[in-house]
Amino acid sequence: MGSTLVTPGWVRRRLAPNPDGSPWWARAFRATRVRVVSQAFFFSLFVFLVWCTWFSRLRGYPVSLFLEVDPLVGVATAIANHTVYRWLWRGLLVFIPTLLLGRAFCNWMCPYGTLHQLVGWLFNVWTNRDNMSRNRYRPAYQIKYLVLAVFLVLAALGSLQVGLLDPICLLVRTFATAIAPAADLAHVNLAAALRTRLGMDPEPLLLLSSAPGALEQRVFRGAWFVGAMIVGLVGMNLVIPRFFCRVLCPLGALLGVLSRWSLFRIDRDLAKCTDCDLCLRRCEGASDPHQALRKSECFVCMNCIDDCPEGALSFRLERLPVKDRVLGDLAKGTATLFGEKVISRVPDTVRAAPAVPRRRWLFAVAGGMLAFPFLRLSAAVNKRGFSPKAIRPPGSVEEAAFLERCIKCDQCIRVCPTNVLQPATLAPAGLEGLWTPVMNFAIGFCQLNCTLCSEVCPTGAIQKTPLDRKLGLGPYAEKGPISIGTAFFDRGRCLPWAMETPCVVCEEVCPVTPKAIGTYDEEITRWDGKRVLLKRPYVRPELCIGCGICEHECPVVDSAAVYVTAVGETRSIERSLLLEATRKAKEGT
Amino acid sequence: MGDERYLRESRRHFLKQAGIAAGAAAAAGALAWALHDPDGERGKEARPELELPKGGFAVVPSAVLPALGVAEGQDAARMVRAAVDAVGGIGRFVRRGDVVVVKPNVAFERAAALGATTNPEVVRALVSLVREAGAREVRVADNPIESPEACFVRSGVQRAAEEAGARVVLPSARDFETLRVPGATWIERWPFFARPFAGADRVIGVAPVKDHNLCRASMTTKNWYGLLGGRRNQFHQDIHGIISDLALMMRPTLVVLDGTRVLFRSGPTGGSLADVRPGNTIVASTDSLAADAYGWDELLGRSGEPLPPYFARAAARGLGNPDWRAQAVKKVHAG
Repeated sequence: MGSTLVTPGWVRRRLAPNPDGSPWWARAFRATRVRVVSQAFFFSLFVFLVWCTWFSRLRGYPVSLFLEVDPLVGVATAIANHTVYRWLWRGLLVFIPTLLLGRAFCNWMCPYGTLHQLVGWLFNVWTNRDNMSRNRYRPAYQIKYLVLAVFLVLAALGSLQVGLLDPICLLVRTFATAIAPAADLAHVNLAAALRTRLGMDPEPLLLLSSAPGALEQRVFRGAWFVGAMIVGLVGMNLVIPRFFCRVLCPLGALLGVLSRWSLFRIDRDLAKCTDCDLCLRRCEGASDPHQALRKSECFVCMNCIDDCPEGALSFRLERLPVKDRVLGDLAKGTATLFGEKVISRVPDTVRAAPAVPRRRWLFAVAGGMLAFPFLRLSAAVNKRGFSPKAIRPPGSVEEAAFLERCIKCDQCIRVCPTNVLQPATLAPAGLEGLWTPVMNFAIGFCQLNCTLCSEVCPTGAIQKTPLDRKLGLGPYAEKGPISIGTAFFDRGRCLPWAMETPCVVCEEVCPVTPKAIGTYDEEITRWDGKRVLLKRPYVRPELCIGCGICEHECPVVDSAAVYVTAVGETRSIERSLLLEATRKAKEGT
Repeated sequence: MGDERYLRESRRHFLKQAGIAAGAAAAAGALAWALHDPDGERGKEARPELELPKGGFAVVPSAVLPALGVAEGQDAARMVRAAVDAVGGIGRFVRRGDVVVVKPNVAFERAAALGATTNPEVVRALVSLVREAGAREVRVADNPIESPEACFVRSGVQRAAEEAGARVVLPSARDFETLRVPGATWIERWPFFARPFAGADRVIGVAPVKDHNLCRASMTTKNWYGLLGGRRNQFHQDIHGIISDLALMMRPTLVVLDGTRVLFRSGPTGGSLADVRPGNTIVASTDSLAADAYGWDELLGRSGEPLPPYFARAAARGLGNPDWRAQAVKKVHAG
């Protein structure tokens, strides 16, 4: 008696046992709670790994882990180039939960899915009735399977485009080029305010920086579009919950196809279900648990089990459909199943395969087969008509193979310490090469002793390249250094050539030895009649590696007097410059 | 009389509405008045300018001590100590409780053996020496050409400095303030890496001996280049004028010329061991021109050639005396 007097009512209600007699803590350990913990863990891990993708933070962390366990990356690159690069076998790990539980990845692990769910939950202003209607399956949810088919056909033909919409690639790219720099802008301003206004030491704030030690705010070409894309796609949750996951996600489609064979699924007990449809209230996948469960749509979020007032839903081992075992008349209410009275009027319990008619699959395949020539014959990234500014990072495989491998995840762009690696806009690489890495020497330069991009590339578009290979030292002395382009002088803009002014910053910073930029000593009679000695620069193309530090440091900043174009790159015979280089390359192949 | 009450409430509602509207209009007018900028001058950002202390960070010159302390040997720690001892000992330069900025040259991401950056063992020895003298805080700072983190790590300077008890200050965009250098030809106002200098009492430069195509040699005087930001790539248009300005800008407490290695060609970047030869020398001085001239003659081995013009230009401003042979030099052999 005494304890009831001192225990407040809300505590007693919290500690009350469940209606089924189980103790209070059984409520806390529901599957949905565990799911939220799992989502928080994987989302945090994702952000942590993005944060770690930086020179001083790498320390051997598997920073491309999410991209490697993404089975769509592994499957599509294997289809495109018939190999499984480095850690991509890890994609098989996701097949295990998928074949066991269904599309659990989507609602337990995928950081992009978590983001969508979180935003949908935060901004959900609908009534229960609205929610129930918005969580019904719609035919538009077939689109993702068609997207998947188009991407896989394109991959088979040699153009890897999964990265456009693969959720992991999309999210890594968004963090790398839009969110991280935005966070840095905020952090730098916050640090400055703390220092100047409050006199505090902002050093601890450096932890927030995505790029500690970067001298300038990092910038990324076309970041506005990547940013607009995530705002738009995540914002769509306010119209259709989990819009991206249900409608567009090609990874979800792949897992959906696989999950038809999963061993577990949500099952509805016809003897308990009253067809109230409350299970739709928070159904993430729009998988129709209130009638025939669409297995390939179900994200295994378990919300329906929580929401069912009758305890009719459970997650259990797959069993045969029960429709044919129902005896009696459903309409008259005399139906029974295994001797129990059937209450639900809907006898279907499962629908395993994605609801895509075969002709639509064929349509998508045909679309992919047409898309390939449309993209490739645009001549943006090929032997003919290539852009001189499509300068790939050192270690990149030759262009055709590059397009079979690059998933546009932009990990290389994230880790690049000088910001020189930029997501390609349509200009240098066309739609096919959109968001693939290209160098922009107005922004940065390829640092001589750096091979970080090749370390983090999950697919081998940039092959793992030891520093000795890049520099042509030790066992690679015979092959020579990797060149990514060649420097050229625009004598009409160069200070010593055109303006009687000393300069040769380009020569000073040229990092190779002997230097690929040399100077002539030339005595000229200046405009005022004075004799002056000028050092005038020239390039030795056989020594130039195209690192672009000359272009980056050139004082003619808006359009540099020395500039690098892709010709002379080691990886391509078509784009070689010197006869000698061609001979070497032919020997190598 | 419900109608009357309704009218009264309507009136009250109208008056309230009118009051709010009038108040908002008045507030907007007052705000516009307060912010009014008739000629566009007010809208320009005020740029605070920084000035280093008068006389810089130099110590009182000594009539009796040698101008140059030169230590030859193999062991960096002993050489640094011996060279500094030769010009009066660390106690002359660092007092208990001082905040000391040490400025190495970490311009490029290069291994120490390639001679393009200050030898980390020399940095370690110098920081230890400064700590020993009772410095409260030692900050090691540079604004490199290549990415700062990578430069400090690959050169080994970060590790050496931190192990010896210094704090490495990497530059970021907000760490620069406009420095006023009265009398400078080119850099009278220039973005300066200010953060490490907040509250600093002493400044010690420690620079390697490097070949340089345009200015011929990069040593302790050109080392101050790494304290500037902004459009440094314009400096080559009058490199000797700029180096003379740098000497004017920074009057250091002490400079240490790291001649343990000499990058005698392909500078200032180098990149091959073939460009480097051992120098086995440390020079300490309060006069960077004297130290650099010694490096030019004895370490780069160019005594047959005239000194680069920046020496004479800086000397004409009274910023040092490159004629080291005319001054007292104490040469010791250490380890």
